[in-house]
Amino acid sequence: MIRKIAISAVSALVLTTGAAFAGEALQAEDIAFSFEGPFGTFDEHQLQRGLQIYTEVCAACHGLKYVPIRTLADEGGPHLPEDQVRAYAKAFPVLDEDANRAALYDVAKGEFRPLVPADKFPANTMMAAPDLSLMAKARAGFSGPHGLGTNQFFKGMGGAEHIYSVLVGYEENPACAPEGIDGFYYNKAFGNGGVPDSCKKDGVSTIEGSWIAMPPPLADDQVTFQDGTPATMHQMSEDVSAFLMWSAEPKLMARKEVAFKAVIFLTILASLLYLTNKRLWAGIKGRKHA
Amino acid sequence: MAGIPHDHYEPKSGFAKWLYSRLPVASLVHDALVIPTPKNLNWMWIWGIVLAFCLGLQIVTGIVLAMHYTPHVDMAFASIEHIMRDVNGGYMLRYLHMNGASLFFFAVYLHIFRGLYYGSYKAPREVTWIIGMLIYVLMMATAFMGYVLPWGQMSFWGATVITGFFGAIPGVGASIQTWLLGGPAVDNATLNRFFSLHYLLPFVIAALVAVHIWAFHTTGNNNPTGVEVRRTSKEEAAKDTVPFWPYYVIKDLFALTVILAIFFAVVGYMPNYLGHPDNYSVANPLSTPAHIVPEWYFLPFYAVLKAFTADVWAVQLVHFLSFGIVDAKLFGVLAMFGSIAVMAFAPWLDTSSVRSGRFRPKFKAWFWLLVIDFVVLMWAGSQTPSEMIAWISLIAATYWFAYFLVILPLLGVLEKPLPQPATIEDDFKSHYAPNPAE
Repeated sequence: MIRKIAISAVSALVLTTGAAFAGEALQAEDIAFSFEGPFGTFDEHQLQRGLQIYTEVCAACHGLKYVPIRTLADEGGPHLPEDQVRAYAKAFPVLDEDANRAALYDVAKGEFRPLVPADKFPANTMMAAPDLSLMAKARAGFSGPHGLGTNQFFKGMGGAEHIYSVLVGYEENPACAPEGIDGFYYNKAFGNGGVPDSCKKDGVSTIEGSWIAMPPPLADDQVTFQDGTPATMHQMSEDVSAFLMWSAEPKLMARKEVAFKAVIFLTILASLLYLTNKRLWAGIKGRKHA
Repeated sequence: MAGIPHDHYEPKSGFAKWLYSRLPVASLVHDALVIPTPKNLNWMWIWGIVLAFCLGLQIVTGIVLAMHYTPHVDMAFASIEHIMRDVNGGYMLRYLHMNGASLFFFAVYLHIFRGLYYGSYKAPREVTWIIGMLIYVLMMATAFMGYVLPWGQMSFWGATVITGFFGAIPGVGASIQTWLLGGPAVDNATLNRFFSLHYLLPFVIAALVAVHIWAFHTTGNNNPTGVEVRRTSKEEAAKDTVPFWPYYVIKDLFALTVILAIFFAVVGYMPNYLGHPDNYSVANPLSTPAHIVPEWYFLPFYAVLKAFTADVWAVQLVHFLSFGIVDAKLFGVLAMFGSIAVMAFAPWLDTSSVRSGRFRPKFKAWFWLLVIDFVVLMWAGSQTPSEMIAWISLIAATYWFAYFLVILPLLGVLEKPLPQPATIEDDFKSHYAPNPAE
């Protein structure tokens, strides 16, 4: 029996590790976010700072079209008071170019109404900037070693880490292309952009990263945090990455709680069934030969 | 009904007799529960229960998900986000369903390899095996169509690639592909029919599962020795077997609970580990992902598909002999479907008179090589194509076919099997001391 269990366990392990994918390796600096691990939780204050950065900086170009504004009041999220959420919705700018602006037109009054908490964040279609609602789940920062993805067991998917790495990844143009690409910015963590031919060998890029259309979005002291946290570029990048993890997975904490209860319950049930099974079969099996 | 002799249901009360003469449903349940089951089944015999549970889980979570899902190209992706954010417990339903598919395939692969090792496919269990293979093919179709429903990037491009296989059929391929898709490309018509079929097929699977169980209840379970239960009398049969209830019900429930504990840990702590990040971007027909890969459970067969490129001499030979009708693409598609179909013929390809691999020393080595081969194919299927990966895939794919078409038929003739125990009881006694109470 032990041998069979061992064989099952080994095949299980092999099957699951074989299961991982070898996607393009994305750059991701390993950051110890508060929401990692089985007991990790979102840091409310960090999410609030991240929301502030999103509102004051990112929202100019990027939408969050799947996120209802009311969820800013949710426990396990930024957890803002209801009146603040209402005020936030009312003040949120809706640009003429926004895809869902037409939906906000109040025919009776003949004017555009402001956003309310029941609305979703506007879909921003300016600048062709991607929607950020799910960005933290749409990029896996960790897929090693050898494309097996087993490091995700310990580090998580690394979506938030990848966003952080892009935000802090702007550097001077590398030596192979001092002129860069006109209108684009070199970013050592961004993998999907263009690379000049002078940085390629046999059609394959020889440098880390590529050129991105987004100008460096964050600089030191660009925002003033109400809680007095120094607004360094790294701090802001970390906070907004955490906020985007929440926007992608708002039920993360509730999910881990369900999992914890389920695993505890099933472990106890399994122990009882093990004892029942052992006792039940004792009459049939007797003693096992050594 | 044929089968192992045992006590049958006797209606006792007045109502039971009344019902029995009209609809013997209590008898059906009774016979299914007391059915004599070989007493030496090991832990590899638990996967059937796990699979039955998976089917139930997928149907129950799926029915509720369908209440909140919208099968339209403009709304499908947003409706999944609605489930994840607004529906009560929706995030658990969706993650359970998503990972439930992986548990389902994980269990079915162990179940199939169990059957291959212990010769469960051999006479008189060929029909059980064939039905099982049908279930497996339907599972793959259902899983594939389910993966298209969230309408993410990988949904869309996966659907495009897979339905493209049918386009490889000479002459009528393009017409068949258009007919399957409901148009010239993957679009709203495709999404709607995939949703319809994704809801229908699980019930077909459930019906086939009933037939699968009916078939092996007729022949009796196989067991690790491959020696049949004695059927000359009820007394002799009882020495080789125990009733399914309570012995295997409790054992299977214990195993299921352990597996579910691990399953819930995966669902709760790393629900997207087995998924693909690209599927969290909405489908965009104008932007092809850099790396289109199917879900992990399709990877071995995907590797077979990619293994037979135009550089392989066998492909060139077939191309020449078929006057150019069978090109590399069609060859690959035929090989992929063939690699699944070849398993169904195992009962007639295996010529050995010994059922269980336990008593076949040479077979054992070839079998474990097949398991490794399967894992290698899975890994190769996940990698970006390169010359080395192409070679590894080709060798592994060739072994897959060789195992079924060459090794299984030859081993039966060439191998000298070890002596088998005369009865299950003998085997059982050689493992366990007699019951002190006896």
